[in-house]
Amino acid sequence: MIRFSVNGERIETSVAGDTPLLWFLRDNLELTGTKFGCGMALCGACTVHVNGEPTRACVTPISTLAGKKVTTIEVIGKSPIGKKVQDAWLSEDVVQCGYCQSGQIMAATALLTKTKAPSDAQIDAAMSGNICRCGTYNRVRAAIKVAAGASKPAAAPAAKPAAKAKA
Amino acid sequence: MKQLARNASVSTTSTATSRRDFLKASAATGGLVIGFNLFTGNRIAHAQAAPPVVPPNAFLRIARDGSVTVQVKHLEFGQGVMTSLPMMVAEELDCDWSKVRSELAPAAPQYAHTMFGMQITGGSSSVVNSFTQMRTAGAMARSMLISAAAAQWKVDPAQCSTANGSVIGPGGRKAGFGEFADAANALKAPEKVALKDARDFRIIGKPTRRIDAPAKVNGTAKFGLDVTPKMIPNLHTAVVKHPPMFGARVAKIDASKVNGLPGVTHVVQISNGVAVVAKNFWAAKKGRDLLQVTWDFTNASKASSADLKKAYRDQMQKPGAVAKAGNADAVKTAAKSVTAEYDVPFLAHAPMEPLNCTVEFKGDGCEIWVGSQFQTVDQGAAAKVAGLKPEQVKLNTMIAGGGFGRRANPASDYIIEAVEIAKEAKVPVKTVWTREDDIKGGYYRPMYVHKVSAGLDAAGKIVGWDHTVVGQSIIAGTPFEPFMVKDGVDATSVEGIADTPYDIPGMRATLHSTKDGIPSLWWRSVGHTHTAFVMETMMDELAKAAGQDPVEFRRGYLAKHPRVLKVLNLAAEKSGWGSKPAKGVGRGIAVHESFGSVCAHVADVSIDKGQIKVLRVVSVIDCGLVVNPLTVTAQVESATAYGLSAALYGQVTLKDGEVEQSNFHDYPVLRLNEMPKMEVHFVEGGTMPTGVGEPGTPPVAPAVANAVFALTGKRLREMPFKV
Ligand code: FES
Ligand code: FES
Repeated sequence: MIRFSVNGERIETSVAGDTPLLWFLRDNLELTGTKFGCGMALCGACTVHVNGEPTRACVTPISTLAGKKVTTIEVIGKSPIGKKVQDAWLSEDVVQCGYCQSGQIMAATALLTKTKAPSDAQIDAAMSGNICRCGTYNRVRAAIKVAAGASKPAAAPAAKPAAKAKA
Repeated sequence: MKQLARNASVSTTSTATSRRDFLKASAATGGLVIGFNLFTGNRIAHAQAAPPVVPPNAFLRIARDGSVTVQVKHLEFGQGVMTSLPMMVAEELDCDWSKVRSELAPAAPQYAHTMFGMQITGGSSSVVNSFTQMRTAGAMARSMLISAAAAQWKVDPAQCSTANGSVIGPGGRKAGFGEFADAANALKAPEKVALKDARDFRIIGKPTRRIDAPAKVNGTAKFGLDVTPKMIPNLHTAVVKHPPMFGARVAKIDASKVNGLPGVTHVVQISNGVAVVAKNFWAAKKGRDLLQVTWDFTNASKASSADLKKAYRDQMQKPGAVAKAGNADAVKTAAKSVTAEYDVPFLAHAPMEPLNCTVEFKGDGCEIWVGSQFQTVDQGAAAKVAGLKPEQVKLNTMIAGGGFGRRANPASDYIIEAVEIAKEAKVPVKTVWTREDDIKGGYYRPMYVHKVSAGLDAAGKIVGWDHTVVGQSIIAGTPFEPFMVKDGVDATSVEGIADTPYDIPGMRATLHSTKDGIPSLWWRSVGHTHTAFVMETMMDELAKAAGQDPVEFRRGYLAKHPRVLKVLNLAAEKSGWGSKPAKGVGRGIAVHESFGSVCAHVADVSIDKGQIKVLRVVSVIDCGLVVNPLTVTAQVESATAYGLSAALYGQVTLKDGEVEQSNFHDYPVLRLNEMPKMEVHFVEGGTMPTGVGEPGTPPVAPAVANAVFALTGKRLREMPFKV
């Protein structure tokens, strides 16, 4: 039996201890927001928080989690910083295919939790482990600055004046 | 209806869409449902066969609460069609944008690409082929809502107008679209509708945030990989052991170490390997790794990249099949000549979401959930393997984590194997490819070599250009061969050369299409991935040889292509071309036409510890009428990042038939700290959109190579670049 918590829920499981947390989340709990990209801690798609630390779930066997707290994308919006990050991701229209973005958001939330106003170099250091094949990197950076309050969110696009359409 | 007639006369697009082209079917859920079909013959049959909930022939559905759901016929894999196609509908429907939703359409004839005749996402054509179609669907629905409202109010429809999701009648009467949805649904579709004049657009052209973003920032978006037993009871996971060399076959299976593994339920031999089926991924993966397979290598390709390159380079010395038939003899007697040889490697697409496909056999059919760019082809291939008719295969399109061409495989490889496994195992199965399976799995952008000899006269004008390309054909052996290979020339191997906008005298291009047995496929921008690199670095070399500025030199060959010239000039202007870059920085330019659009990049680079660092890219794109500026900007940045990954790092190499790379440590891709600062500018104009997803990729590599030359004096002629 391994006991830990996921998103505040107590988990007691007899699933094989070498099972990576990523697959425990996805297959056993059906929490599919955490993504599989490489399985080797190379891409960051599977990033979750373990006791608040950004962690690659694909290389974290559940046997190492006894007594620990796991947080995933599904609830990160309940934390004030996670919410700010998600809001900034929307205002900056960061996502494209979106597949890497759970991991990006978890990494960015961890960064901003530790470092309130990260410099570009700090953003580089914290975020370069998260691959985005769609190349959303510049908007990821911009959104982190917005979430940090260092820059203003992009204004909601204004509607063009409506030309009245007649039948 | 006077206003309508007037609108029609000034409309910029074809408005002669008649009722025959439309299908109207009623939804049991109520509301107005509009479908539209340019290609299928049996429209009536479709209308009658419409299932009760969401008729698959519908493009849009207006519910009683006024919400508008648009069925998007293309795959959403990052390019933004779940937003841009609904924008076109909403523009003409005049609805409330905040009430617009977007769903991916399943495979069905009515969702065929209007130019290709089958359901396809590719060629950077999703927006252009949908532009009139989606707008017409919106306009028809609007007209029917007005008719329904007018009938209810007992007024002349001409006295009614619409605004932001409401019909407005005489005397200040106003009611939301939802109120008329049922009544409108009972009406005949109008014979003809007028489309708006572009000047009156208020949604098209407006920066619009993505509809699919909220679900993608909170983890609720369901990709193909996210199909779970909650959706499909008893869902199993399969991981496949593919042959270690392309073309090898299973000779013997030893499953002794796999049998009895907890969770493993089946070991299934399929046409391209052996699958281990289990209750979950981890068990299946463990089983796959323990499985012993003896392979028959009789028909396997034992090629090595180094040998292929040598063979290609030998072949390159002689001309091949003629792709452009100019006489390049003048090169031999030119005042100055430049000869250069170029190499580009095999490339894997490496979309962020590894390939996967879910299949369930039930009743007398089978259902598939997959992120596919080729729904019609994949549905047909699945049916064949399943022993069913295509209409017995329901193919649900799942949003995909990238694709870049890999999900548009004429061979339907990852769909076929999933069907084979589910059929044999007799349980619902989701296949999951690991990253290693993806990188080693073939269907690469082929390796190519080029040789160019070009000559200048004493005044520095080009007098001849002799160009030879060698490499595998992407199209040969596919159903596209009859249309795209002519006289031994696969058009995709020489696109960007044979049809270059540069007016180059004495230009000859020839092609050797090799047969090496390495599965090949289109990779974001297809042939342009290598042809733009060669064309645009050679133009730079010739400018240098002529003693001219690279922009000025190019201008001299673009008199007949004002659109390309304009993009080139704007890129020069916006990037401060001509001003001196900072010390230690080199600046290079490249411009290329592809997918109906023109894109130029100006790259600023430095070199740090032997590594190229791309500091800034200023981009200009002319993609005709811009539907969503946010998407266009994002896609130009995306295409740039994708091209940079290839220019700086990308290569798949073969050694004795085996792929040497496996994951992101040895197949590196661009990361956040390597992303240049970017500026994207548009050349406004045009009444129709042109391609956006791919045109940003081709000019990246040459712009960087030219910048490195400006900085170091060294020409880069091999990708990935080494300095
Ligand atoms: S899947 Fe864990 S880092 Fe890539
Ligand atoms: S948004 Fe597609 S991989 Fe990042």
